[in-house]
Amino acid sequence: MDVELRDIDKTFGAVHANVGINLKVPAGTIQGLLGENGAGKSTLMKILSGFIRADAGEILLDGHPVIIHSPADAIQHGVGMLHQDPLDIPPMRVIDNFILGRKGGLTIGHAAAERDYKRLAEEFSFSIDPDSYVDALTVGERQQLEILRLIWLGAKALIFDEPTTGISAAQKVKLFTALRLLASQGKTILFVSHKLEDVEGLCSRVAVLRQGILVGEAKQPYTTKNLVEMMFGKEISVGARDPCAGDGKTNLSLRDLSVEDYRLKVQNVSLEVCCGEVIGLAGMEGSGQGLFLRSVAGLVRTVGGHIFLNDTDLTGHSYHAFKRLGAAFLPAARLEEGLATGMSLTEHIVLAEEAHGFFIDWDKGRELTRKRIADFNIHGTPASPVESLSGGNQQRALLALLREPLSLLLLEHPTRGLDIESTIYIWSKLKDRCREGTCILFISSDLEEILQYSDRVLVFFSGKVTKPLESKSLSIEKLGELIGGKGWPESTSGKSK
Amino acid sequence: MDTNTILIGLAGVLAAAAPVLFAVLGETITERAGIINLSMNGSILLSAMGGFAIAQLTGSLMLGFLGGMLIGALVALIVAFSSITLHQSQVAVGFVLALAGRDLSYFLGVPYMNSSGPVLQGLPIPFLKDIPVLGVLLFRQNLITYISYILIFLVWLWIFRTRPGLMLRGIGERPAAAYVRGANVNLMRYVYTIIGGAFIGLAGPAFTLNVKAGWMGTQTGLDGIGWIALSITIFGGWNPIRAAFGAYLFSFLQWLGLVLQSQLPGVPTQVLQVAPFPLMILTLLLVNISDAEWVARILATLPEGARRFTIKLLRTLRASPPASLGVPFESE
Repeated sequence: MDVELRDIDKTFGAVHANVGINLKVPAGTIQGLLGENGAGKSTLMKILSGFIRADAGEILLDGHPVIIHSPADAIQHGVGMLHQDPLDIPPMRVIDNFILGRKGGLTIGHAAAERDYKRLAEEFSFSIDPDSYVDALTVGERQQLEILRLIWLGAKALIFDEPTTGISAAQKVKLFTALRLLASQGKTILFVSHKLEDVEGLCSRVAVLRQGILVGEAKQPYTTKNLVEMMFGKEISVGARDPCAGDGKTNLSLRDLSVEDYRLKVQNVSLEVCCGEVIGLAGMEGSGQGLFLRSVAGLVRTVGGHIFLNDTDLTGHSYHAFKRLGAAFLPAARLEEGLATGMSLTEHIVLAEEAHGFFIDWDKGRELTRKRIADFNIHGTPASPVESLSGGNQQRALLALLREPLSLLLLEHPTRGLDIESTIYIWSKLKDRCREGTCILFISSDLEEILQYSDRVLVFFSGKVTKPLESKSLSIEKLGELIGGKGWPESTSGKSK
Repeated sequence: MDTNTILIGLAGVLAAAAPVLFAVLGETITERAGIINLSMNGSILLSAMGGFAIAQLTGSLMLGFLGGMLIGALVALIVAFSSITLHQSQVAVGFVLALAGRDLSYFLGVPYMNSSGPVLQGLPIPFLKDIPVLGVLLFRQNLITYISYILIFLVWLWIFRTRPGLMLRGIGERPAAAYVRGANVNLMRYVYTIIGGAFIGLAGPAFTLNVKAGWMGTQTGLDGIGWIALSITIFGGWNPIRAAFGAYLFSFLQWLGLVLQSQLPGVPTQVLQVAPFPLMILTLLLVNISDAEWVARILATLPEGARRFTIKLLRTLRASPPASLGVPFESE
């Protein structure tokens, strides 16, 4: 289906989110939509998928102007959208999610739907048991379910909002294969992303948005420099890898650490980390790295081995004991676990500071907050509630809350969902910490980030862990293989003594 | 006690459970849509008084029951309007309505106190009533009790076996997802809250025109039933059949209390009267035991077959509330 947007205009209060945007996407194309956070990509796609109405402009599908009143209405017109956080119903079964929303009689008609589901799943080589529950699936699998569902509903144009965020490398390959198949069937794909690499690898055409304006379009083959310039208005260089800033003194020492939950066992990990060193933890989501990191923070009880921080045995102690010795943990779910929704930046800063006395000196707190806002380049005011900040600013706020000095910093996906500028900024702040002697352990699914910023890397694969690998000796290909379970010597298995 | 006395007693348990059952089914439907109707206690008392008054004035039982349903629906409409349209706290509004409804029923009910009114007569079902055991237990009841059995299955069927019911679950779990699938979330919330309210309103006349006929003001013995129904809704895990089981269990324990009182004169009556409540709390704890970490640990040690079976069992036992219960929905 040909999709055309004409002079789409939308303002939210003082923000001009879309400024007269024109975009024409012919059927069978994979169209990339690039732009940093807040560039107006999501707004534009929400207008096309019926979530919000444009102030002005029109939408043409196959040359006919249409008015889209709601997301359900969009589907009637053949436009479906996959949200970054899949809009499905987790406590329900896969097949019920698949059926829900399809017009039909009073009865559900499981049998017929299941036949269609299996046929479609086979076509796309997806293998999700229709009787499993959605809350047991990974984000990647939930995406696959949404694709099948939208195709079944007759979607002819599909919008993907940041689909490669939070899914594993293998699932990304699967997703891209499916997208190419869809395009070859004549479906129109709109691929919204801020990841250059993904867009370059997948899309045949790209449109770039900056501050609500469509600044330019490009076709394959792309020059990265050109795209980056369009996105940011200037070229940003991704700095060279910093060597270990450590002084050789051992800071964190793990001896035969074992940790397990009901699914996974991570066994006998030994690791010595010196001051200022950065250790990257790579692996597909749920391979054990999250469990491992939380055990080093004292958030998950270990089942064997010892943890020493600054030569103090912290095995079996709680997070508070770790914290007293200068450890800090930043979770991936910023709003759910890291920040308190509904509270302002000032309130956060005051809470995080060492308490003096019973009453709060708000003037001092506000002053401190203003200083931190300036230091960490947060776009917000002391009174801003944290949920009103963008993802990048939330992450900066989390960093601003950390006390000085820290000996150990544990991070889950520190730059997930952030644009390049924010990513570079966050890492420059983290590197400052390293120079002060903090050692960092971080999880990331972005292989380039792992290689660029780590001194050494641990790769996780279904609970198995490699020996610490020098990141200088690794390549993306090699790392990708290890993450995918290839090239594992038998002896690196955690089970051997 | 001979078998027949016990059977008649148990038949009485089924009949006496009807008011609680209606209230629980109504609340289950309402909460499945994501709205908490906390006004139940007041709403039931008001409909009990109103239903009795209407039946007495018109001489029609039918109008009495319909009147009760209408009152329940109207109270539910206030809950729906204030929470969905005015975005007010469902808990605050519901609680105030619960108190106001109770006092209003005592105030307005004065003229009808202790007067006699129509009572629903028994309606044994031919042939079925002669089945041994089951006949006495199930088929020598009256119309409203039969309706209570049938409603359990109808509500269950609707929620779990129909497309609109699937959407209802979706609305309660994740309204945004239901919205992109074409549901008019707020309209459906209105509809289900009002229907649920009508069910709740049926509980009142089911009591004053049947279980314990007549309106006796504060002595009616109905105060508190709404709060019990609320806890049984949770106990029932928002599943009509489980909720029905809870309602019958509660009614049974109350009957047992009465029976045991005569058998065990040494035990204070209060003990037997409150026994159902700690029992319910204990059951709730057992139901959600699968959330505990140590359970997961034990599970991991079981052999594959047993583990799968236990996980499935725990999953069926589990009762988690609709995820968006009490959360307003905006389409943008």
